[in-house]
Amino acid sequence: MKELQLKSRRFRAEREGDWRRLEGLLARVERGSAKSLTDEELLALPVLYRQALSSLSVARATSLDHSLIDYLESLSTRAYFFVYGARAGLRQRLAQFFEHTWPAAVKGLWRETLASFAITAVAAIVGFLLVWNDPGWFGGLVPGGLGAGRDPTATTRFLRDTLYHSEGKASLAVLASYLFSHNAQIAIFAFALGFAFCIPTAFLLAENGLTLGAFFALFASRGLAFQLGGWLFIHGVTELFAIILGGAAGFRIGWRVAFPGEKTRLDAAAEAGRAAAPVIAGVVLMLIVAGLLEGFARQLITNDYARYAIAISTLVIWLGYFYTPRRERRPS
Amino acid sequence: MTAAGASTSAGAAAPPEVREFVTPEGVDLRLRIGGAGERAAAFILDAVFLLIAVIVLTLLASFSAGALASLGALGLKNNLSSVMMIVWLLGFFVLRNGYFVLFEFTPRAATPGKRILGLRVAARDGGRLTAEAVFARNAMREIEVFLPLTFLLASGVGATDPIGGWLVLLGLLWTGGFALFPLFNRDRLRVGDTVAGTWVVKSPRERLSIDLLDAQQAAAGQFAFTADQAGAYGIKELYVLEDVLRRKDAKTMAAVADRIRGKIGWRKEAAEADDAFLAAYYGALRGRLETRLLFGHRRRDKFDAA
Repeated sequence: MKELQLKSRRFRAEREGDWRRLEGLLARVERGSAKSLTDEELLALPVLYRQALSSLSVARATSLDHSLIDYLESLSTRAYFFVYGARAGLRQRLAQFFEHTWPAAVKGLWRETLASFAITAVAAIVGFLLVWNDPGWFGGLVPGGLGAGRDPTATTRFLRDTLYHSEGKASLAVLASYLFSHNAQIAIFAFALGFAFCIPTAFLLAENGLTLGAFFALFASRGLAFQLGGWLFIHGVTELFAIILGGAAGFRIGWRVAFPGEKTRLDAAAEAGRAAAPVIAGVVLMLIVAGLLEGFARQLITNDYARYAIAISTLVIWLGYFYTPRRERRPS
Repeated sequence: MTAAGASTSAGAAAPPEVREFVTPEGVDLRLRIGGAGERAAAFILDAVFLLIAVIVLTLLASFSAGALASLGALGLKNNLSSVMMIVWLLGFFVLRNGYFVLFEFTPRAATPGKRILGLRVAARDGGRLTAEAVFARNAMREIEVFLPLTFLLASGVGATDPIGGWLVLLGLLWTGGFALFPLFNRDRLRVGDTVAGTWVVKSPRERLSIDLLDAQQAAAGQFAFTADQAGAYGIKELYVLEDVLRRKDAKTMAAVADRIRGKIGWRKEAAEADDAFLAAYYGALRGRLETRLLFGHRRRDKFDAA
């Protein structure tokens, strides 16, 4: 060894083995899962990561080998994302979601939920009164396709039939999956639209409420309000609740983007997004339940009281699940 | 933080895409954010993959329904086709909403398109990339992609109905703002990124190449540079020289070698090879600059007097 040998070169010769080892482990982790590592390797990874970081600092301060610094930067970054990445098992994370994250997120949005419920309710009342006083409004409030022949010109007998008519068994599942994917897309849409300062989300909710009110007025004018209630709420409790929650999540984002308070707009938006995202993920699950109820239960159960019983029990279950006080989890 | 800041200001000016990103250990990783072009290219790739997947799903569902039905009785046919209908409906929903979410939740935090372009998603605050963040950033695609697309598809209305046409145009302008959002901020954040607190960074996989000093070792004896000669340049020129040596392009090496000889007043011997000369000079220059570095002098370039 020459006396004049550079320190940066000796440094590299000493550390290179560890870098290569870290690189090999990372390549395996990125290709498959962390499960392919032995316990020993798993324990070695954070240590090697810190070594790489310290090497990077040393190299930046003492070495002028550009490619070496680039290599160490890329290696440390890859290792950083692994070491600080989420690695909880899927089952554990799902348990955590149902046990804590989802209900807590819904509870956290109670103000927005009330607002979005109020908009839907007011719109429903307005829709009801408009159509009650002048059936001509019906065509303006209900989009053509949705009515499917249920409009003021229809006979009472036809309207009654639509409430108890059952489709072929095979097509029930198709109906359920269609309704689910359609409604879930709308809920995600309501969430995304919140970014435009809440207004489009409010429109979407109001439109939903108006349609609801208009239908009620039409059926009530033929003395079928009670029956319509059973037909609608057997799945509607879950579905309307889900859409109201979707709107609430949108409102949170729009409100925080418009009025960030003490934070920067960007920070406020990120915070609101994280608070609202579990709600939307949950809303998709609720809509699966709603789709099943609408596609199967409503078509198979034609007794009004049974329908109301299911409606009320779903309401109790959802409210209980979301809003029962539970013990605070210690932050882990 | 301070050490990193000092070295950044002392070194060559950082390129505009570099962002400070300090790990909990206090080291700045100097992440580079993905450019708008790369992001767009990654998205187009993903869109193509998605489209192919949807087409395959559709073909599979319709073919298998037809093939199975032809085996069985007519009553079975209705059942089967409805099963395929369900598979298609749910499959389409999962593809549209799940493709991005599921891929970004793997250890690489990137969809296939991003992976091809060497990009990945990361939390802006340096923390973990949570499921909520991934979900939120991709739910926002609803207004960034699908809403403008709806208005674009509706633009045919304008031909028959002038008022509707104006409304569609307004809608297109409005939603175009969401789609082009990344162009109007420094970090190229999508609407989804702002809401999720994420950004998209480059994650290249650099290989550790050989230390150029190893190559120089053999020839070192032939060349003896004086302190003045070895100190003619600064760090910026050293990096250029490193680049030239790694590329090994004979023409460039000859030109660079001549420039250096001229500058330091080196007389070329008859048998002297350009690459050996450059390698030896690289070793001498780096040795000199690194020694000075240890004493706290970082000579930026040849105009830097220090």
